[in-house]
Amino acid sequence: MTQETATPVIEVEGLVKKFGDKTVVDQFDINVPKGAIYGFLGPNGSGKTTTIRMLCGLLTPDAGSGRCLGYDILRQSDNIKEHVGYMTQKFSLYEDLTIRENLDFMARMYRVPDRKQKVDKALEELGLANRSHQQAGELSGGWKQRLALAACLLHGPDLLLLDEPTAGVDPKARRDFWDEIRRLSDAGVTVLVSTHYMDEAIQCDNIAYIAYGKKLIDGPARKIPEMVGLNTWRVEGPDLANLAADLEGSDGIEQVARFGSALHISGMDAKKLDNAVNPFRKDKRYTWTSKPAGLEEVFIHLMSGSTDNFAEKKAA
Amino acid sequence: MAFSTSRFLAILMKEFIQMRRDRMTFAMMIAIPIMQLMLFGFAINSDPRHLPTLVEVHDSGPFVRRFLAAMETSTYFDIRGTVAGSRDVDRVLKAGNANFVVTIPENFERDIIRGEKPVLLVAADASDPSTSGSATSALSVLAQNTINSLATGPLSYLASTPDAFSVVAHARYNPAAITSYNIVPGLLAVIISMTMVMITAIAIVRESERGTMETLLATPARAPEVMLGKIIPYVFIGYVQTCVFFILAFWVFAVPFAGPITPFIIGLNIFIIVNLALGFLFSTIAGNQMQAMQMSFFYMLPSILLSGFMFPFAAMPGWAQTIGLVIPSTHFMRILRKIMLKGADLPDIVPDLRALLIILAAVSILAMLRYKRTLD
Repeated sequence: MTQETATPVIEVEGLVKKFGDKTVVDQFDINVPKGAIYGFLGPNGSGKTTTIRMLCGLLTPDAGSGRCLGYDILRQSDNIKEHVGYMTQKFSLYEDLTIRENLDFMARMYRVPDRKQKVDKALEELGLANRSHQQAGELSGGWKQRLALAACLLHGPDLLLLDEPTAGVDPKARRDFWDEIRRLSDAGVTVLVSTHYMDEAIQCDNIAYIAYGKKLIDGPARKIPEMVGLNTWRVEGPDLANLAADLEGSDGIEQVARFGSALHISGMDAKKLDNAVNPFRKDKRYTWTSKPAGLEEVFIHLMSGSTDNFAEKKAA
Repeated sequence: MAFSTSRFLAILMKEFIQMRRDRMTFAMMIAIPIMQLMLFGFAINSDPRHLPTLVEVHDSGPFVRRFLAAMETSTYFDIRGTVAGSRDVDRVLKAGNANFVVTIPENFERDIIRGEKPVLLVAADASDPSTSGSATSALSVLAQNTINSLATGPLSYLASTPDAFSVVAHARYNPAAITSYNIVPGLLAVIISMTMVMITAIAIVRESERGTMETLLATPARAPEVMLGKIIPYVFIGYVQTCVFFILAFWVFAVPFAGPITPFIIGLNIFIIVNLALGFLFSTIAGNQMQAMQMSFFYMLPSILLSGFMFPFAAMPGWAQTIGLVIPSTHFMRILRKIMLKGADLPDIVPDLRALLIILAAVSILAMLRYKRTLD
């Protein structure tokens, strides 16, 4: 790993976290280079939040080791905290404090120099300067998210940990948010972000897919479909619901998913998939195109393929 | 990586702002001392007077008349009428129509004059001992007074007859036996411990419940910064409560403050901090605000019953005294009574201060150890 030009910002191996007898994170490794936008994908309860919390010292791993920003994640979490901006999944600033008071509080907690200017500047950039005396609890979801991001950027962190930052935020606000993330990344800030949204996943440089505590795939976003090796047919035409019903369950077809006015039919074995699809291609009402699988098909595939290790344990 | 004043101040100021915005809690903090003082000071009176009394008369004469008159003037007894026969006596006592029934035996007057020391029977409803206690003890004194006032002329020999029932009540520091003098100072300890423990326990658990604890823990804040920053704003609440308490204690109950003020202030500060630390400790155990509340109430019970507030400490069994000694209120109660009623100075309260400091050290260490800097 040392051949890399710069030392990675996050470098952990074998992280394990158990809550009771449930293994929430199982043998997790990750290597995040400086300035990268690293996406964490996976279904609910897959251990994304737990992993992020272990990286910033909010949870103690049961096993594993590693470094974050050059500090040991087990023993130097105080140093890590000084340089990390962590945005929680749920809004966790003080709702009974005003916008300015919240920013001021966070600036003091990180001992930010020139606090007043920094807070003023943040308010200005947020576009909240004239509402700075409003209590944070009165803000809408999108504004809360922007405030939370501004609050964790005040101390100029080297690493941003964003836990589903755009959940429940409208598309325009999400787009603005990602523009900001991209700007930060260009400025050298490393960003680790967990998300459910495929359009956001595509924005990431690298993607780690986690399901039920295990990392299933990890690589550059462009290469993920290739790495998985999924084949897809796209079909357009009338009465797609019946066609989907007919196709579903055929040998070689692992997944039939509706994408707007088209169906995407995917399978791992290209030959079997073609054999399954061919009889239907005679119907001239439909137009069929073979295409490389997109990220979304890949993730639906991964999600349906991964087993629930909690359920598995019960059966065993 | 030492203590950061900036972070400590940040938490301190945040707490003040939140306290100011939470008007309901603030109002409660002021209302609780007023309500408790009124309830304990007025409604709960362990030296009750004007207790309903009935008389079973089998004889009458100057001694009987004088004795009954003395009972009424003592204000302990309100003579409401007469009863006929011992079955009636049982009935009125059982029904609670009267707390006392005085039975004047036959030939009472004659036997006194003959020097035969007749027995005057008083049946008291002792189901609440504190109700009947002082009134009963007053009876023998009243009897002696009656004899003395009539032992003139030909009956003067009665004055020298020894009366086995005479009790000399000698109440130091509170000669008038006004209960509120004893109850009211102790109330300050009860009010402070009740509100301080609960409010800190809740204030910290609230952070976990609202999710803001995650933000706080993600910052580099250290345990002492958080603990002090969270505790100190409530010290001021304690001061406000103390002021409200004294305004009422002086104006409404005219309770004396015999001793100097400095040792009192030292004791007050230590006591407030002990209770806040205790609340902090509770908050590290409780999972939600409801549990924090329940734990505070659970703590209230022994701190009222075993601290010497309700019952004399010396009269409690050994095990209860041992529990009582661990409770901070016990020691502050002693400080309050010593200073306010007995005029004690600093040297007199040193043992109590020492006990409070030991409890403070133990509670703080436990709280810091239990305070988790992770979400585990």
